[in-house]
Amino acid sequence: MSSALVFQTAAALSDQLGARKVSAVELAQACLAQVRATDDRIHAFLSVDEADILAQAGAADARRAAGQARGPLDGVPVGLKDVIAVRGQPLTCGSRMLEKFVSPYDATAAIGLKNAGAVLFGRANMDEFAMGSSTENSAFQTTSNPWDVTRIPGGSSGGSAAAVAAGQVPVSLGSDTGGSIRQPAALCGIVGLKPTYGLISRYGLVAYASSLDQIGPFAHTVEDAALVLQAIAGHDVNDSTSFRTEIPDYRAELAKRRGPWRLGVPKEYFGAGLAPEVRASVEKAIAWYRAQGCEIREVSLPHTEYAVAAYYIIATAEASSNLARFDGIRYTHRSPKATDAVDIYHHSRAEGFGSEVKRRIILGTYVLSSGYYDAYYGRAQKVRTLIRQDFLNAFREVDALLTPTSPTVAFKKGEKTANPLEMYLADIFTISLNLAGLPGVSVPCGFSPEGLPIGLQIVGRPFQEADLLAIAHAYEQAHDFHTKHPVL
Amino acid sequence: MDTPNIDIDYVANLARLALTPEEKVTYARQLGDVLAYIDKLKEADVSGVEPTAHAFDVSNVWAADVPRPGLSVEDALRNAPAARDSMIVVPKVVE
Repeated sequence: MSSALVFQTAAALSDQLGARKVSAVELAQACLAQVRATDDRIHAFLSVDEADILAQAGAADARRAAGQARGPLDGVPVGLKDVIAVRGQPLTCGSRMLEKFVSPYDATAAIGLKNAGAVLFGRANMDEFAMGSSTENSAFQTTSNPWDVTRIPGGSSGGSAAAVAAGQVPVSLGSDTGGSIRQPAALCGIVGLKPTYGLISRYGLVAYASSLDQIGPFAHTVEDAALVLQAIAGHDVNDSTSFRTEIPDYRAELAKRRGPWRLGVPKEYFGAGLAPEVRASVEKAIAWYRAQGCEIREVSLPHTEYAVAAYYIIATAEASSNLARFDGIRYTHRSPKATDAVDIYHHSRAEGFGSEVKRRIILGTYVLSSGYYDAYYGRAQKVRTLIRQDFLNAFREVDALLTPTSPTVAFKKGEKTANPLEMYLADIFTISLNLAGLPGVSVPCGFSPEGLPIGLQIVGRPFQEADLLAIAHAYEQAHDFHTKHPVL
Repeated sequence: MDTPNIDIDYVANLARLALTPEEKVTYARQLGDVLAYIDKLKEADVSGVEPTAHAFDVSNVWAADVPRPGLSVEDALRNAPAARDSMIVVPKVVE
């Protein structure tokens, strides 16, 4: 029997903490109990440091008792994908390469959470170095979808998504390079936000593809996502690509921005390959917005068909360069087989990396190699410009776009592992936003006949997360999909 | 579409990645499939289009030249596979 605290929103828990109806230690214990009761089936967490969690929760209670509570997240547990550095905690990135690594410093996003008083809770499973769409590429374990444990939770942030969906933590952080927050959020029936590139510092986020990577929250509600975003958004001198922009009070803006909005439906996102049950749920959501007085307009993003190809050139090229640092010399696995320095690189990387990481490093190295650079990388960067212009053109006419998040519901474990290209196409609706740097949120919008969650993706203008979240919040509050939880 | 022929040994060496004979066969085939798919990009008209490296143009980002605390030697060496006397131990690289 799980605690009454489990599956509650961060906002509701925050109110109870504030009213002293529950202590942060009691809340942390309820989360720890839920992990113990369910994680033998879900496998969301790679490690959970119970003593450290209880110490953080105790400190939150002491602050509150002294009248020094830090805000709405003080004492609220937040799960972290094992790719975001927290000093003194593991940082495996789901890889044997970093199996024994302990972070010597905090990511800026982790500092934001600490400053807000949040309890940093566990290291969530992920596809190795964030490369994958199913969390099957973790070197350590495969996470299960809490709605059907024979299915994948999505990826690469599958552990962070499953932990929230299974009631183990109220909110969590993931990272999104091509859909790695939005796709698992959709497949697990929760909210997942990829902010605009540059809104959140990447300092302390282990790099996969630096021009695409962005940290963001998972939550049961849009309001909770706004609370977490508030704690981590803003410029940081340690990330020169982080953007100087005004940070509004995201939660307060949810109620203020009421529409009606002009919403675009990109026709390229509703073609072949879209599962009928996903199409039906998304079209119903579009009809709801229309019924609220929103103007719904068909728009075209004509270069959509090139997005996956451009992404797999740009992302793997950046990865092949970023992952060169894992060389067996300074802080990673070092092969005992090696006899000289160059041998250390070859063997340590062969032993430390899993097959998908090797595949992407090889592809990235190939597309950057002499004689192929212009044909692949150079061309992909130009196509990236075209994809970005498609969106900017659409945003002249509309305030946001409505699309499916994933073309299908959660697939079975093992279904796509033999065919990398098929797995890559799971990100077809999410990938363009990373190339264009745009924010996107996935909100639950229905269930398939077999009871699997479906997500609606809403795409916003750059740095207009307040509008994006308000549009999502309006839909969410008029429906009850976000109140449904899996039976575990 | 033609499947490009990849010199897998050449690429693996550039990537400093020792591959087994089985991996070489598998990766060469899978990468051929992916490259055949990526060939789609050749259909896009990119004449006169500038490349995008980052979605938002940020350039000349300067930081104040003020010393800040960095990692201690102990922290920096904490994850080293082999360390001695505040240094990382590596095989001899110069005869």
